[in-house]
Amino acid sequence: MAQRMESEPDSESEALPERRETLWLLALSPMLWMLYFLVSYATAAIWCAKVVGRDGSLEGARIAIGVYTVLTLVGIGIVTWRGFRKHSFGTATVPHDFDTPADRHRFLGFATVLLGGLSVVATLYVALAIVFIGSCT
Amino acid sequence: MMPADAQSDDDRADRARQKAQEARLSKPWVTPRGWRYWSAVNNSEVGRWYTATSFLFFLFAGVLALLMRTQLAVPENDFLSAGTYNQIFTLHGSVMMFLFGVPIFEAFSIMILPQMLGARDLPFPRLSAYGYWSFLIGGVFVCGSIFFGVAPEGGWFMYPPLTTTYQEGLGADIWLLGLSFIEVASLAAAVELIVGVLKTRPPGMRINLIPLYAWYILVVAGMILFAFPPLIAGDLLFELERAFDWPFFDPARGGDPLLWQHLFWIFGHPEVYIIFLPAIALVAMIVPTFAQRPIIGYSWIVLAAVGTGFISFGLWVHHMYTTGLPNVSLAFFSAASEAVAIPTGVQLFCFLATAVAGRFVRSVPMLFVTGALAIFVLGGLTGVMVAIAPFDFQAHDTYFVVAHLHYVLIGGMLFPVAAGLYYFYPMATGKLLAQKPGYWAFWLMFFGFNVTFLPMHLTGLLGMPRRVFTYPADIGFDVLNLTSSIGAFIFAAGVVVLVLEVVRPKTKQPYAKRNPWGAGTLEWLGEMPGKPWGIRSIPSIKGRYPLWDQPNLMQDVDAGRFYLPDAEEGKRETLITTTIDADPIQCLRVPGPTFVTLWAAIFTGGAFIFATYKWYFAAGISAVLALVTVLIWLWTGTAKIPEKRSKEAGLGVTLPLYASGSTSVGWWAMFITMIGDMSAFASLIFGYFFFWTVHEDFPPDPASGPGLFWPLIAVGLLLGAWLLTVLARCWNRHDRPMAFHVGLGLAVLLNVAGTMALLAGPYLSGLDPTRHVYPATVWVLVLWAVIHFGVGLVMQLYCIARRWAGRMSADHDIDIQNVALYWHFMAITAVLTVAVIAGFPMVA
Repeated sequence: MAQRMESEPDSESEALPERRETLWLLALSPMLWMLYFLVSYATAAIWCAKVVGRDGSLEGARIAIGVYTVLTLVGIGIVTWRGFRKHSFGTATVPHDFDTPADRHRFLGFATVLLGGLSVVATLYVALAIVFIGSCT
Repeated sequence: MMPADAQSDDDRADRARQKAQEARLSKPWVTPRGWRYWSAVNNSEVGRWYTATSFLFFLFAGVLALLMRTQLAVPENDFLSAGTYNQIFTLHGSVMMFLFGVPIFEAFSIMILPQMLGARDLPFPRLSAYGYWSFLIGGVFVCGSIFFGVAPEGGWFMYPPLTTTYQEGLGADIWLLGLSFIEVASLAAAVELIVGVLKTRPPGMRINLIPLYAWYILVVAGMILFAFPPLIAGDLLFELERAFDWPFFDPARGGDPLLWQHLFWIFGHPEVYIIFLPAIALVAMIVPTFAQRPIIGYSWIVLAAVGTGFISFGLWVHHMYTTGLPNVSLAFFSAASEAVAIPTGVQLFCFLATAVAGRFVRSVPMLFVTGALAIFVLGGLTGVMVAIAPFDFQAHDTYFVVAHLHYVLIGGMLFPVAAGLYYFYPMATGKLLAQKPGYWAFWLMFFGFNVTFLPMHLTGLLGMPRRVFTYPADIGFDVLNLTSSIGAFIFAAGVVVLVLEVVRPKTKQPYAKRNPWGAGTLEWLGEMPGKPWGIRSIPSIKGRYPLWDQPNLMQDVDAGRFYLPDAEEGKRETLITTTIDADPIQCLRVPGPTFVTLWAAIFTGGAFIFATYKWYFAAGISAVLALVTVLIWLWTGTAKIPEKRSKEAGLGVTLPLYASGSTSVGWWAMFITMIGDMSAFASLIFGYFFFWTVHEDFPPDPASGPGLFWPLIAVGLLLGAWLLTVLARCWNRHDRPMAFHVGLGLAVLLNVAGTMALLAGPYLSGLDPTRHVYPATVWVLVLWAVIHFGVGLVMQLYCIARRWAGRMSADHDIDIQNVALYWHFMAITAVLTVAVIAGFPMVA
């Protein structure tokens, strides 16, 4: 990690790409994970209860959950990339604790990247369930 | 250069100006005296009462634990009967979770959050007071039941059919209604704290600079909004079954006890984190102070708080591994349970790094923090073990789980709270607690805790089930249980030392110096003892640790050189700022002392408590009185039209005194409340679809349902009521009183007609809710919606009356703005209710 800058150029804040910032981007990756988790759980539960029965194969649900996994990872990837762009705006580095709009912008970006990373790991963990389990038993 | 005498004249004038400001400022903020003291609503008073009360409940539940340990000290003991033992362990768990674990965080936050944010008070002080009184009444009611031998005895998670079929008496009703009442108080605190963190920060405190405590509180209050409502929905179903025989959990009539387990644990697992995160937030404030350096990894801790908040909602089934769900479902929850260890670990490493990189000043708070981390890590490791389904199959419902949950909760919550008590005590009282009793308390508690709970891992692995009132001799449990019992009393001795130090009279002890720990955050700006106004002037912030980063901050604040240094109009005021960048946007007038909140809590409590005894008439009267009291409270105390549009707030900034719509705190409170409301509604809908997955024939046949005709009429009329309410808001804005009154009047009529039509569907098709779970589920959705439209009706009538009385105008329209917002959610409620009860049978 680069050495932290002690001061930052004044002109940076003038060129901030967004005028209004919200907390939504920060929470988007874990929200995508949560949606993925619930939809995967519901798919498996309905598949086993309504489609193949408790002794049936999970094959169809596995394909569906595999597709969900890819879509979720792509979604989290896009959010994380946007976060990274915000984090690397200008020249200042972490811990992003200046009292400026630019550092607030970078902080939100950095936190988005971190949450994106956690969401990717959590998604892969959940996806492992369908790698190892092939039936509704 | 100015001559010396002219300079001293200026100084004198400046001091005189400051004195005059302080005199004016102290008037509106004065704490009531005598019996009127109990009408106080200020955050420092309510926070102190709240903290003291939840500690009393903690001590009560602790005594219950000692009774249990006495009973279990030797095999085949008859110190307690089986029935009493059941009541005691149920109450111990319920009180620790509902009356200590969650409320202590609300209590601490109400007390310290405004100070931390440099605010004079939270935006809704009367709501905090109402929450406190509700908590006190509900808590005393639930705890008191044990003295009459009627306490609940089904364990803190009240599983049916044990509690519906096999246990007589009022116990379960006391649990359901008493704790539902307290959950309402928790939701009120959540709304207060979210708006507090987002809107009452000092200017300059951008989102990247807020104290980590505030981040945690934001996350936890958000979690409450999604975690508590499923339990409230579950309580509703449960009480309908107990009181009116609606068979939600009765398999003979299509019900399923597993639905309760789902709803309980959708609440119950996040609740563990709702307890843990605020305690860890205290650690995040304490560690930098005693390391004398900024926290390492601020963003990483934000990651941990937010990440844990989300992932903790994907863990609930790990309490249900042995209920026979498909393995793949167990695997999903096992995966999420392992994933949550990552953010949990990240924050612990940040604390360790900060402590190691800094100076590490030895002190009692830091000792408790160190003990907390050691104990919690052990609990976390057994947590990773029980999150793995095959291991849990073996350890489920044994003392291994008891050991695990106590390591997590005592390490993750009680020890940090003890650290917080020592750390924040001077802020609340102006006096320091003595070090020596603190060390004694810590070592007794730490040693006693481990002697009690470490052997329990082994007791559990040897096969001793939890919740048994005794055990036979010579099967390997004797020595382990005796050790645990001895440890429990050592642990209790430590708690006693701590309590004695806290309550020891300190009249002769001098006040602590200001900022006694040399901390960097704003809560330590206050004088010792603190002034009722909280902060002399609201500063402009430039860093995460303003007291370290900004030289002369304390002097400038004291001299009134920042915002709102004066109270020219004699009102209680605080600053409202924007959510991301904390730019000042409003000077908010906050209400002062009143008894109306106490009365509102008494009547609300009456409605719940009378219902426990099935005295429905008295409960109804009490509910009506509660409604009337709340209306008086709103009418006289909220959305007041100020005497002028704006005022000079200091530093050349002029701010409006009134704001409505999305810039007002009331709008935010309504929005946040309705998010919680929607999650309760979603839980009921989840119930409907849960029954669909477990039954071949649910809904049984479209002909037996509420049909299409009446529900469609209902949704049409109710959407009309919504549209007219929204239009009435616009007509009011454009100052067209006639259109406003006619429009809203028509909305009232459409609302009433729509509600009747909604009831007509299941009523005219003869759905009997006691016959089978299908009609019961349809009826509960309809009733939920009808109650909400009833509340919406009161709101519409209230707005008509406000405009008539001249308390609402085109520019001062908080009431109709908030009511229109409520009706947006009513439109969603109407559409979803009808889509489920009338639409789903068509596609199923």
